[in-house]
Amino acid sequence: MTTSNISWGGRSAVWGRIAGRELSTVAITFFGLLLVTFLIARVIPIDPVLAVVGDNAKADVYDAARAALGLDKPLWQQFATYVGKVFTGDLGKSVLTSNLVTDDIKRVFPATLELATLGTLIGVALGVPLGVLAAVYQGRWPDQLARLIGLFGYSVPVFWFGLMGLLLFYAKLGWVAGPGRISVAYQDFVDPITGVLVIDAALQGEWEAFRDAWSHLILPAAVLGLLSVAYISRMARSFMITELQQQYVIAARVKGMSEFRVIWRHALRNAFVPLITVIALSYAQLLEGSVLTETIFAWPGLGRYITNSLLNADMNAVLGGTLVVGAVFIGVNLLSDILGRLVDPRTR
Amino acid sequence: MTTWTDYLTTDSPSSRRQARLGQLYRQWLAFKRNPLAVAGLVIVVALLLIAAFAPLIAPHNPLAQNLDKRLLPPSAVNFFGTDSLGRDIFSRIVYGARVTLVIVLLVVITVGPVGLLIGATSGYLGGWVDRLLMRITDVFLAFPRLVLALAFVAALGPGLENAVIAIAITAWPPYARVARAETLIIRQQDYIAAVRLQGASQWRIVWKHVVPLCLPSLIVRTTLDMAGIILTAAGLGFLGLGAQPPIPEWGAMISAGREQIFDQWWVATFPGLAICVVALGFNLLGDGLRDVMDQR
Repeated sequence: MTTSNISWGGRSAVWGRIAGRELSTVAITFFGLLLVTFLIARVIPIDPVLAVVGDNAKADVYDAARAALGLDKPLWQQFATYVGKVFTGDLGKSVLTSNLVTDDIKRVFPATLELATLGTLIGVALGVPLGVLAAVYQGRWPDQLARLIGLFGYSVPVFWFGLMGLLLFYAKLGWVAGPGRISVAYQDFVDPITGVLVIDAALQGEWEAFRDAWSHLILPAAVLGLLSVAYISRMARSFMITELQQQYVIAARVKGMSEFRVIWRHALRNAFVPLITVIALSYAQLLEGSVLTETIFAWPGLGRYITNSLLNADMNAVLGGTLVVGAVFIGVNLLSDILGRLVDPRTR
Repeated sequence: MTTWTDYLTTDSPSSRRQARLGQLYRQWLAFKRNPLAVAGLVIVVALLLIAAFAPLIAPHNPLAQNLDKRLLPPSAVNFFGTDSLGRDIFSRIVYGARVTLVIVLLVVITVGPVGLLIGATSGYLGGWVDRLLMRITDVFLAFPRLVLALAFVAALGPGLENAVIAIAITAWPPYARVARAETLIIRQQDYIAAVRLQGASQWRIVWKHVVPLCLPSLIVRTTLDMAGIILTAAGLGFLGLGAQPPIPEWGAMISAGREQIFDQWWVATFPGLAICVVALGFNLLGDGLRDVMDQR
């Protein structure tokens, strides 16, 4: 009775310490993110006051506008205002769309999520088995294949790869639909529920629209997926090599367990713990990779929103988008840490 | 002939230079046994030669427009065809090697020393300096690299120099991490204690005794990183934020060929292949160097 109480108390204290450490790390990193976006906004050579009042404004008009924008205050005070605004969800107004940046991002984010999620699923579905086979058949052809795909994934520019995919699978073979998220004909068939088009279409039973959206989605997702296959398979291989040398693998073999079961049920299960972090990181990287991919595929997501705003010098939108991508990065990292701890009893 | 090999492979080198050269020679022998690594070296050397002798290799002026000859397919005259302004794509790719090389070198010479110094200082001094520097590093590592570079270029304005600055700002943290990890091991060694007992200053210990030992793993890291730098630079160029026209930058060339991709495939395809080959070369070379120099 008492012992179990002590151990429970000890355990929750450990969890509390871990949570505290994680949270402080996240807080500091997020603070750094805010500081960097704020400082970027400060170094812009364009004077934000002149953008409001025009080049020929009198000195008093200029000063009034400057005060209205809060630019006469000391830098740390401006930063405090900025932080306060971010926490209330105010990222300013986009000059290009004349919407609030927050609203714009809410609108475009599901499209990016859709792309990155399917890309990661493809990456896991191909990358993990490939990495496992490469570890089992070290030095033989599956290993060479994994190495080749890895080298390719680290060497090919994603935007060029996307273009080549369009050229081959859309223009020459006609297997998939072209750029965009859904054909104009189906555009109004699907009401936004989750914002993820294929899910919305399926929920509403619009199967024609679903197939159309799917054939738009699969190529950019596959392009992103191949990049994550490179990373995931490489890491899966190295984790599996470590696991296959462990004594429990020998014990399982000695007991007469089938090689299939040893590899896929026992070794892979242990290798999966560190792989969770790898998959999470690759998910975050795909969010970033989508910046260029979305441009190629005219995919109306966050990446294209950032680049479009960038080309139109719409700094509020650029920095808002950067902040959101950075925050997602931090969030995914935190989530992978927590998941890793939950799955692996040794880290508790 | 044999005297040279004897000089290099002797078990009892009589001078520091002989020992160092001997080590290099042994590493070279190990490197030579790896065909993929040699292929990487060949690609990188070819890139250097092409960049150096671009005027001799390129058959046409990379900037000369000729609207009569626009969008010609690959032929014996224009090996890779011509672009929408009638410029020879092969010649532009050859000159583009210079642009790529300049970007990579500028990033590396800024990022390498900065990362090395921050990491070595952090690891050697420890305490609050270490905590502060590593926190800053963590913040930068937590960022999506390309998006951050984009935001910096958006603020600084497009152009080759600003692209280099943006990439450098986002590229230094891994170097600092590697250098710190190395330093943490090195500073425990007895010879560091010996140097300290002889009265060497901290600055001298870091700069003369810690940094040189971090170099091998940093060289490996840099080589492997070059592919990433090339891809980021090409991405910025593709978005129109890197080198400005008419400079023949490979990423920007792909972007220019985008509109004609379905009809004149060669305009975007060949610059992309160039990027792939060069990035692959650096990756192969880096892998090979890691096997030879960084055996831990």
